[in-house]
Amino acid sequence: MDELSKMVCDYVRREYLEEDDDREITEDTRLISGGIVDSFSMVSLKRFLEKKYQIQIPDACATPDAFDTVRSIVALVHQFQKAPANA
Amino acid sequence: MAFINSIRNSYQAELEGIRTAGLFKEERYIHSPQGAEIEVEFPAGSKPRKCINICANNYLGLSSHPEVIAAAHAGLDSRGYGMSSVRFICGTQDIHRELENRLTDFLGTEDTLLFPSCMDANCGFFEACLNEQDVMIADRLVHASIVDGMRLCKAMQDTFKHSDMEHLEEKLQEHMDKRRRIVLTDGVFSMDGDMAKLDQIVELAEKYDAMVFLDDSHATGFIGKTGRGTHEHCGVLGHIDVITTTLGKAMGGASGGCVSGRRELVEMCRQRARPFLFSNSVPPVIVAAAIKVLELITRTTERRDKLEWNAKYWRGLLKDAGFDIKAGESPIVPVMLYDAKLAQDFARDLFSEGVYAVGFFFPVVPKGQARIRTQLSAAHEKHHLDFAIEAFRKVGEKYGILGLGKKELMARCAP
Repeated sequence: MDELSKMVCDYVRREYLEEDDDREITEDTRLISGGIVDSFSMVSLKRFLEKKYQIQIPDACATPDAFDTVRSIVALVHQFQKAPANA
Repeated sequence: MAFINSIRNSYQAELEGIRTAGLFKEERYIHSPQGAEIEVEFPAGSKPRKCINICANNYLGLSSHPEVIAAAHAGLDSRGYGMSSVRFICGTQDIHRELENRLTDFLGTEDTLLFPSCMDANCGFFEACLNEQDVMIADRLVHASIVDGMRLCKAMQDTFKHSDMEHLEEKLQEHMDKRRRIVLTDGVFSMDGDMAKLDQIVELAEKYDAMVFLDDSHATGFIGKTGRGTHEHCGVLGHIDVITTTLGKAMGGASGGCVSGRRELVEMCRQRARPFLFSNSVPPVIVAAAIKVLELITRTTERRDKLEWNAKYWRGLLKDAGFDIKAGESPIVPVMLYDAKLAQDFARDLFSEGVYAVGFFFPVVPKGQARIRTQLSAAHEKHHLDFAIEAFRKVGEKYGILGLGKKELMARCAP
């Protein structure tokens, strides 16, 4: 797992799991469809990514599908690191 | 005609999707007034049958109370049926002002404004009082109406783990650059029945100059020694900046809600909250009955005391029978089953045994957290609860779940 994926996994664990929740978070764990993150609390993850990686993810791209796994989140970050938000 | 076949088909397919996902909701027709015993027609077309109702928000048993009904009749006779106006054109009567003043006294706030419902109060408040310079930090289990209200507001949204004060403090620190911070919580959480740690929330809010917003819909009238709500229970009367609550649960159960709190915030709602500005006044009949409800519950704490006793007794019965229940003190007592199908089957079987309760499952509660939510009422007598527990025991035995703990119950869940 690369650094970016590790960072997102750690954030998800810290931000969304209760202390006694020992579920493993991998790159392919279903976050939204698996009920770990709901669309209401997803905003803090989006803001974390934007701040950490100095990017802007347009709301239209911050869909439940795009945020459903660490793998798809990382792909999204890569996409906006390459292409500025106004692209 | 624009509702062409392809459009109709697309809606039918969506509805079919809801059915296939097991999320299709069906109404049950009740042929009696609301109460501890009701007559229910289910399935539709069948002969109504009498059963014990253990899923209403009729906490104080005032929905069909004779004095409340008499007050409603009197209000209808003296102030008419409808106002045919929003409040600020020609829809405010003397009794609207009277009810708002009485609610202010009861809740221990500075001012109050009535809304058509608490849903409307929650949908209107944030947009009226905050903008992009501000941040709203909500407990992750707040009611859906608060989530909707936040979505209508331009202020930044954030959330903290349910009742996790460390996480809330981190969030408050993170947002110190914002002009205004506001912490949002329910008083009693509707699905779990647990209470917010309001005293700690107030302490943190004071430390970080944040306002506190409390939706006390499942508490007003009965939580706290004199039923003022969660802020009374937690010893922070007068420290909550905004309380939204409903007249549609313990307070007579018809409809109507309010925003109550700091004078300036209430005034902002009067000036700017769209559900207030663009909805008709709360009907006089409801206002008159709500005034009576306030009279009844400030005259004596008998009803909330009885409710407290009932909740304690019911929790004891469920525990003794071997059910896994969510701990707490409120009259919301979730019986945990974890499995969505089991929750539905269990509720259906309870109905066959003469007890009306409802199964809740994802997306209303998190995945793997399915349950039967039971709610007590001051209208319940001991014999109602003794009858209901026998039904629970019988159905619990049928599914072999009595005495099982969380892990064992979860292991039985369908994949």
